[in-house]
Formats: sequence, structure tokens, C-alpha cells
Amino acid sequence: MLVNRKLILAHFWLAFGVFGVALTLGAWQMFIRSPIGTWLSNPELYYRSLTAHGTVMGYVFPTLVAMGFGYAIAESALEQRLVGVRWAWTGFWLIVVGSVMAVIPIALGRASVLYTFYPPLIGNLFYYLGVVLVVVGSWIWVALMSINLRVWRKAHPGAPVPLAMFANVAGSYLWAWTAVGAALELLLQIIPVAAGLKNTIDAGLARIFFSWTLHAIVYFWLMPTYIAYYTIVPRAIGGRVYSDAMARISFILFLVVAMPIGMHHTFADPQVGAGFKFIHSAFTALVALPTLLTVFTICASVEIAARLRGGRGMFGWIRALPWDNPMMLALAFSFVMLGFGGAGGLINMSYQLDTTIHNTQWITGHFHLIFGGAIVIMYFAIAYDLWPHLTGRELVDIRLIRTQLWLWFIGMIVTTFPWHWVGILGMPRRMAYFDFSDPAIAPQALSVTFSVIGGFILLASGIMFIIILARGMRAPQADAGAYRFALAVHQPTTVPVALNTHALWVALMIALTITNYGYPILNLATAAGTSVPAVYVGAQ
Amino acid sequence: MSTRDLFTFSNRHFSIGVGVTAAILIVTAIAGFVVLPFAQPWVQFAGVWDAICSAAGLPQRAPKVIAPEQGKRLSEVVLTSGTLSRPSQEAIGRGATLAQRCAICHGPTGISRADSPNLAGQYAAVIYKELHDFRSGARTNAVMSPFAVNLADEEIADLSNYYAYLPRLPAYHPTPQLPKPNIVIYGAPMRGIAPCGSCHGSLDNKTGSPWLEGQSEAYMKAQLKAFASDERHNDISQQMRNIARAMSPQEIEAAAAYYASQPPDIVKAVD
Ligand code: HEM
Ligand SMILES: [Cu+2]
Repeated sequence: MLVNRKLILAHFWLAFGVFGVALTLGAWQMFIRSPIGTWLSNPELYYRSLTAHGTVMGYVFPTLVAMGFGYAIAESALEQRLVGVRWAWTGFWLIVVGSVMAVIPIALGRASVLYTFYPPLIGNLFYYLGVVLVVVGSWIWVALMSINLRVWRKAHPGAPVPLAMFANVAGSYLWAWTAVGAALELLLQIIPVAAGLKNTIDAGLARIFFSWTLHAIVYFWLMPTYIAYYTIVPRAIGGRVYSDAMARISFILFLVVAMPIGMHHTFADPQVGAGFKFIHSAFTALVALPTLLTVFTICASVEIAARLRGGRGMFGWIRALPWDNPMMLALAFSFVMLGFGGAGGLINMSYQLDTTIHNTQWITGHFHLIFGGAIVIMYFAIAYDLWPHLTGRELVDIRLIRTQLWLWFIGMIVTTFPWHWVGILGMPRRMAYFDFSDPAIAPQALSVTFSVIGGFILLASGIMFIIILARGMRAPQADAGAYRFALAVHQPTTVPVALNTHALWVALMIALTITNYGYPILNLATAAGTSVPAVYVGAQ
Repeated sequence: MSTRDLFTFSNRHFSIGVGVTAAILIVTAIAGFVVLPFAQPWVQFAGVWDAICSAAGLPQRAPKVIAPEQGKRLSEVVLTSGTLSRPSQEAIGRGATLAQRCAICHGPTGISRADSPNLAGQYAAVIYKELHDFRSGARTNAVMSPFAVNLADEEIADLSNYYAYLPRLPAYHPTPQLPKPNIVIYGAPMRGIAPCGSCHGSLDNKTGSPWLEGQSEAYMKAQLKAFASDERHNDISQQMRNIARAMSPQEIEAAAAYYASQPPDIVKAVD
């Protein structure tokens, strides 16, 4: 029962619109710092673009997708009208205003601080205020998800919460808590300096606050993808979810262990004790668990679909899968990219191995593969799946959709594999210019050129995606029926209270944040002489 | 179904969830704070508590090491972006009076007719820092040092604000504009040289770095050579010395000639 379609469409269109712009900037960045581009002599322009690309792709785009998808889930999985529609629109407009407010100083070259803020670098105040507005807008969504679930529970006492909504609310709580780290950094440290109230900043402490956000935000980006794995793909290919309980446990584990591990981003930082680095590293290893559970459950669910279609044999069933179904393709591509990306992630999380690739192009290659690849390809799939229900019109270009997904997959592999490789060779990230005529890095020119080609394939695929959606708005009307989520093999009739509510897991998440972050933050906050003068972007 | 039934050890999910989490935390904490510190044979700890404090990142007092004797005086100027912000008209006026004694070399309009630097419209922080360095002896010059030793802090600030306030005029003997040499456009990334403009104003300005357009070619060449030979050493953290040392003599020539030939109005406007 999708009632507030306009609200959901607005979120998706804004998300994919800004995505298109940021994608173009990404392709330009790839090109301009490669051997085939001519250097534009002004690194500042590169960093403007990079700040815009990172801010949009990291904050605005995935947040809007999670929000739009979340509203769709709340209405269709709970089968009730969304409560608080006016607030939802308020959240949406806050994000619009925040994005515009952030982008103007970036475009003017007043906020080229990159999306990780990089204190003591300080940009224009309005950039940070814009980011804060985006976060506040998303917090309205968090509250609405929680309220809608509560309303539903009142009407259905004791009934199992539909898996899609259970996972959706878990994702929203994860986001609410993980955003607190960056919010503290902005409110306590950066904004007072940007507003001129202070002119020194504790960069080490600021980095710790940011790491609080930086890892779990990744799982917030991932949530819509995982929800799609569990609750859309099996239905779309004619199968069932292998285990409802397993799915709930995966989402619960993300809540508990995604948070207290962010210091794996600060392995190279001297201000953090080695003991805490070790604890964070160990908990990082645990976060592989829910992903392994998911891969297992989804493979089993897919096998069920194949066997229902008559697939036989140990591996013969794979051939029986509906390979012409875009959802099947997207899932397969996503898993392949998740596999390679996950393998790379093992290197990033190991203290010693990380030193070899820290701050190199390997990192950018890695997160483009996982985030831009495995995650975003499922965002496409979600949009394709929801579109007929949102527009009341059929998506007729199935072949174009398949081509688009193929191109995204191929483009991402062609872009990121060489990107990883040059990182291993030592090429640093976030550099505006490379002199490939120098013999020391000349051998990397070929790999970088491949990445550029991959980047343009991705750009082409992204444009196709937007065209498909736009054409879907004008296709002949067709009733797509009610929007449904996949059923489990054993659809639960009762669920233990711990697997039907989030309180215990949210409590554990907060407790682990305190044990794993409490002392390092206190220690840095109370130590004297840890602040350094701010460096203002564009100051004379 | 209420939270009262959830948050109790008789609920299996609660006891397992909390128990496993706590167990993992304790095991990793023991490993990270006790076992691993002692697994590093090259680090000596006074005891278990010492190891724990070290692994927790508690700042530890470094053993008393006597700092090596500094042969040369280095710059002691602390510059922040707020050092000289928003001067009053009176301050600029006082600076103008004081500047009369500078005019003999730096020109009555702040444009030198000799090979001294042009000061008209220079960033205030730059003049402020150089005057302080001349006064303290971090930078020395037979002509300039005697002028600086007697300046008071406020006089230095006033002079800086006055010169920053003057309009940027063309050089006394403008020469035809030369094209940008590679060392200016790209720097030399493999030798750790950033494009000049990333500090000196045409791309970005890092506090304390002057803009260079229209300065005397001979003066800039001499300064680059002085930096390269360590004869001039008042650049903080050797920022400029590291660059000048890595530049070839041809690059020094080319950069100095290029900047000397540029009109000053291409420098980014000051806020
Ligand atoms: C959905 C897809 C994408 C997402 C989510 C994404 C996200 C990001 C993020 C968060 C950054 C970090 C910005 C920073 O380091 O401050 C980044 C950097 C970058 N992205 Fe993307 N991006 C995507 C697609 C692309 C595409 C398709 C290309 C190329 C065609 C591209 C090229 C780049 C480049 C060149 C950098 C800068 C790397 C560096 O200089 O260190 N991105 N991207
Ligand atoms: Cu992380």
C-alpha cells in the first residue's frame, strides 16, 4: 500500500539527480589527473570537485535513497499509511536546503576541505551548516521510522514485525547513533572555528569523532542493499527467504558491531593508544560475520528459487536461475563485487597490512568497488523494482536495464582493479596532479588510463539509468498491484521479543561505543596542548 | 512482551547477547592491553600497569633529553589568520608616518626603484613576520636589520597594515610578460616541490608566504639561492629551504624571471 508516492519519488529523484552530477564530476576527476588529461594548472579546482563529489556521494545520495526506500517500506511492509507525512516533507526540504547551502561555498572554492573535513583545515561556515541540515533532515526520518513502527505495534500487539521494516528501523537507529560522532566534531570543534569564535582546533580529537561516524556510515549505506537482498530479490526471482531468523540476526549484528570499530581508520594516528587500535581491529573482524551470514542465506534463498524452477544437481541449479531478470543480474554482480571488495577489506583492517596501502589509491579503489559497485548497483535494482509501483507505469526497457547493469558492473571492474593496483605500487590518493613523464611513476600510466576508460563506462551507465527512470515516468499506465516483499520458507508466526525489538541491541551498541571510544575521547579532550592553529581555506 | 521481559538474565537472548559481547570485549582488552604490549621485546615496561597505560595512549613523559644547541636563530613569529585582522584607519595612518623612513629603498609608493622588494599591497602577515625576524635576528641584512631592531611590536603591526593597504602598482620597470615555466605551473612533484602558486597567492595563499608578482628578478634569485644555501633560514619548518634546495639553477632563473615579469593585479584579491 504505497500512498505517499510523491514523497518517495521526490527522495529518489533528488538522490539520482545529485548522483548524476557527482558521477560526472567523478569521471572528470578521473580524467583530469590521468596521463590522457591535460593538467589544468590549478589543484584548487580539483579539490572543489572532489569535495562536491565526496559530499554528495557520501552524505546526500545514500541518505536520500535510504530515506525514500524507508518510507516505501514503512507503507508497504506495515500496510498502513505513513504517520507524519508533513514531517517527512520537512526532512526532505531540510536536505534540499542543506545541500544547496553546502554546495555554494564548495563551488566558490571556499570549502575545499573534502568530505572528511580534514581539520585543522577550515572552510566556509555554510558548508558545515549545510551538512548539519542534511543530517538533521535524516534524523527526522529516523524518528518517523521509529514512530511508524510503534503505531503498527499498537495495532498488532505481539505480531512479528515484517522483516523489511525490522531491518529498516535497525538501519535508521544505526544511522542516528553513528551520525552523533560527526555531529560532535562539527558542533564542538569545527563550527566554532569556522564561525570565528576560536582559532585553534584539536585535530586529533576531531579525527576520533569522525572515525566514530566513518565506519558505521558504511553500514548505513549498505542497509538498503541488504534489505533488498533479503526482501526483494527472493520474491523477484520466484524464491523464498531461506531463514527469517538468520536475517534478523544479521541486521542485529550490524547494529552491535558496526559501531565500535571506527578506529581502524586511525591506525596511523599517533594520538590513539595501540590497545584501543587492537580492540577496534578485533571487532572489525567480527563485522564480517553478518556479511557471511547474509551471503549464505541469500545463496540458499536463490537456490530455493532455482530448484522451484526445476534446477537439479550440485551446481546445475545455477543454470536454472532467471538470468534475464534484472534483479538476478544485479544480485550476482553485487555479490561478485562484494566478494572482491571484502577480500580487499581484510587487508585494510589488519594493522600491519594497512600500513602498505594507507592513504593510497588502493583505498579509493576499494570503496568504489564496494560502495559504488556492490551497494549502488542494488540501489539501481531497488529503483527499478519500485518504479512501476511509484509511477503506476510499466518499465518497458528490460533490455536497456540489463545493459545498464552490465555496463555498471564492467565499468566498475575496469575502473577499480587498476585503481587498486596503482595503490599497491604506492600512488597516493587525493592528489590533483601526477607527472607521468617521470620515470618513477611512468609504469602506472597504463593502469590509470584503464581506470579512466572504466570511469567513462560508468558515466554512460549512470546516464542510461537516469534515462530509463525518466522514460518510466512517461510510459503507458499499468497497475503494478500491491508492493510485496519476499516471504520466508517458514514465515514466522511468533518471534522472540529480542528478535522483534531493537532495544537490547541498541543498548549494546551504545555500551560498546562507550567502552571503545570513551577513554580515548576523554583522554584527548582533557589533555592540554593538543590544539593547533586552524588553516583557513582561501584565507590570505 | 515488554522490555521488562527482555532486559533480564532469564531471557536467553539477553544473557547470550550480553555475555558474548562482554566476553569478546574482555578477551580483546586483555590481549590488547597486556599480552601484546609484552609481546614487543623491544619495548620495556615497568610493570603491568605501565603496559596498560601505554596501550591506552596515556601521554607519557619523555625521558629527559637535552635539546641540541641551536646554532642559528630561527623565526619565533606565531602567525594565525587572526594576527592582523581588521586594522583601524588610525593604525594605517601611524604606519604611513613610520613608513617614510622605508621609502628610500622601498619607494614612496611602496614600489622599489632599486632591487629591494616592493611592499605595496603585500599581505600584512608577510611584512609583520619579516620585520619580527629582522628584529630578532632570525633574518639578517646589513641595511635592513638596523632599521628593524628599534621597532616596537605595535609599530611593526602598523607598518604591516599600512603596506597591505596600499594599492598594488606595476613594477618600476615593467618587462614584457613571460609565459609560465613548468616549475611554476607544476612544481616538481617527484622532488617534493608544489606549484609556487599553491602558497604564494595565485592559487592559494598560506599565511606568511608573500605574493611575488612584479618583484625584482635579482632580489628573488638572491633569496632563492640564500634559501638553498641555508644562508637565509627564517622560513618556518624549512618550508622554503626544502623547495629551493631541490630546484635546479635553471629553474631558479626561470621562476624569478617569470614572477618579475608579471603585473601584480593578477594576485588574488584580499578579503
Ligand atoms: C556511486 C558511485 C560513487 C560513489 C558512491 C563515490 C564516492 C566517492 C567518495 C566518497 C569519494 C571520496 C572523496 C574524497 O576522497 O574526499 C570519491 C572519490 C573519487 N571518486 Fe567517486 N564515487 C562514485 C563513483 C565514481 C565514479 C564513477 C568515478 C569515475 C568515473 C569516481 C571517481 C572518483 C575519483 C577520481 C575520486 C578521487 C580519488 C582521489 O583523488 O583520491 N567516482 N568517490
Ligand atoms: Cu571502516
